[in-house]
Amino acid sequence: MNMRAPPTDLPIMFADAGIVAGAVAILDGITLTISAGSPTVLIGPNGSGKTTLLRAGMGLIPVSRGRITWGGREAAPPAHRAILFQRPVMLRRSAAGNIRYALASAGVPRAERPRRIAELTALVGLNGLERRPARRLSGGEQQRLALARALARDPAVLFLDEPTASLDPAATKAIEDLVHAIAARGVKVVMSTHDLGQARRLAGEIVLLHRGRLIERGSAADFFNAARTEEARKFIAGELLV
Amino acid sequence: MSDDNVSALQLVLTGDPTLLAIVQLSLIVSLSAVMLAAVIGVPFGALLALTRFRGREVAIVVLNAMMGLPPVVIGLAIFLLLSRSGPLGSWGLLFTPQAMVVAQTALVAPIIAALTRQTVEDLWVEYRDELAAMDVGASRRVITLIWDARFSLVTALLAGFGRAAAEVGAIIIVGGNIDGFTRTMTTAIALETSKGDLPLAIGLGMVLISIVVLINALAWGARRAGERYAG
Repeated sequence: MNMRAPPTDLPIMFADAGIVAGAVAILDGITLTISAGSPTVLIGPNGSGKTTLLRAGMGLIPVSRGRITWGGREAAPPAHRAILFQRPVMLRRSAAGNIRYALASAGVPRAERPRRIAELTALVGLNGLERRPARRLSGGEQQRLALARALARDPAVLFLDEPTASLDPAATKAIEDLVHAIAARGVKVVMSTHDLGQARRLAGEIVLLHRGRLIERGSAADFFNAARTEEARKFIAGELLV
Repeated sequence: MSDDNVSALQLVLTGDPTLLAIVQLSLIVSLSAVMLAAVIGVPFGALLALTRFRGREVAIVVLNAMMGLPPVVIGLAIFLLLSRSGPLGSWGLLFTPQAMVVAQTALVAPIIAALTRQTVEDLWVEYRDELAAMDVGASRRVITLIWDARFSLVTALLAGFGRAAAEVGAIIIVGGNIDGFTRTMTTAIALETSKGDLPLAIGLGMVLISIVVLINALAWGARRAGERYAG
């Protein structure tokens, strides 16, 4: 599989980026640079803006103020970005049909698609389930299929929105192993999670959000061992941020 | 079983030529109307589902209301269009099978368009984020939604066919119920009953009910196939 990070989309830079819905600021003055390297994990309570930040980084939501650039460009089609939503929707096709559709959308030549489908189903551990209707797969299998579909785009940056939120421990481990494998291949992973244990296991860098604002950012080791802000220390201690 | 019922059954089982000719014309007219209505209704419904414009909600309400239009009103409107003094009178279609196809198309197209609109819009709400994330272009989105909704759309087409095959008010006005030319199952049943020739009316009724049951079976089968093959 040819997963590499072309220089085109990285770094992703948020410059005083804000997103407003009605009178509510979903994201407020976010300044953040996402560069190549180990996974960046967004943490924070519900409503802190994690999902919105991921969608904005993917280019699905325009900013209300400030700007976002991808490799220095303000308008960059998501040719080298992919996202796994918290509740991915399976197209009404077989498992292989879902991957085939993503490959076709990414412009992969028809002749190459069978080989890529075989590679991707093997990577996410769905061998033997290629012909099953995607909507009949279990929750964990659907999540892995959605991951394969995202990887079909051969992304340089992969956004994962709480990819294990509704999964049991075994399915969670399968996804985490995949995240490790994907990151090891040079794909920049940017993910959100509520699970601090998962953040410790996966993150190279942590970004803490609260009420749409960036509270603290740093390497995972620094964040968990020497948090600089009161909010971060409370969050790590399991106290409620309100 | 009464003598009329026995005679009706004999007409059906022996393949009475008059009965078969009427059934054949009915199927040709209704199938043609459904095909035309699909060509008009599916793209129109999909367009209405996927575009936003001023007055869209009014258009949806009007379209939904048109599903319940009385066939005689449609028949009257088509009659006025195609009559000698009407805007399309020079086409010479009045009292022909083609006029019946036009009337049934007008009756069925709103049903197919409204059901397509609902089906495609529901699927679009589901698919919107994923297709945007995959950077799927506008034309491919439409094709994807229609393809993935195909089993539901087949049900819509069959519902339209059921409406067309069972309709009498519009086609009797624009077709004239001419023996051997524009006489269909429903118009023949109405006429033969009024004449007291019950065996032919009952025989045609049996065939019509069988067709309606078959349509429902096909609709059910399409839905089951959809669940089985596409999830």
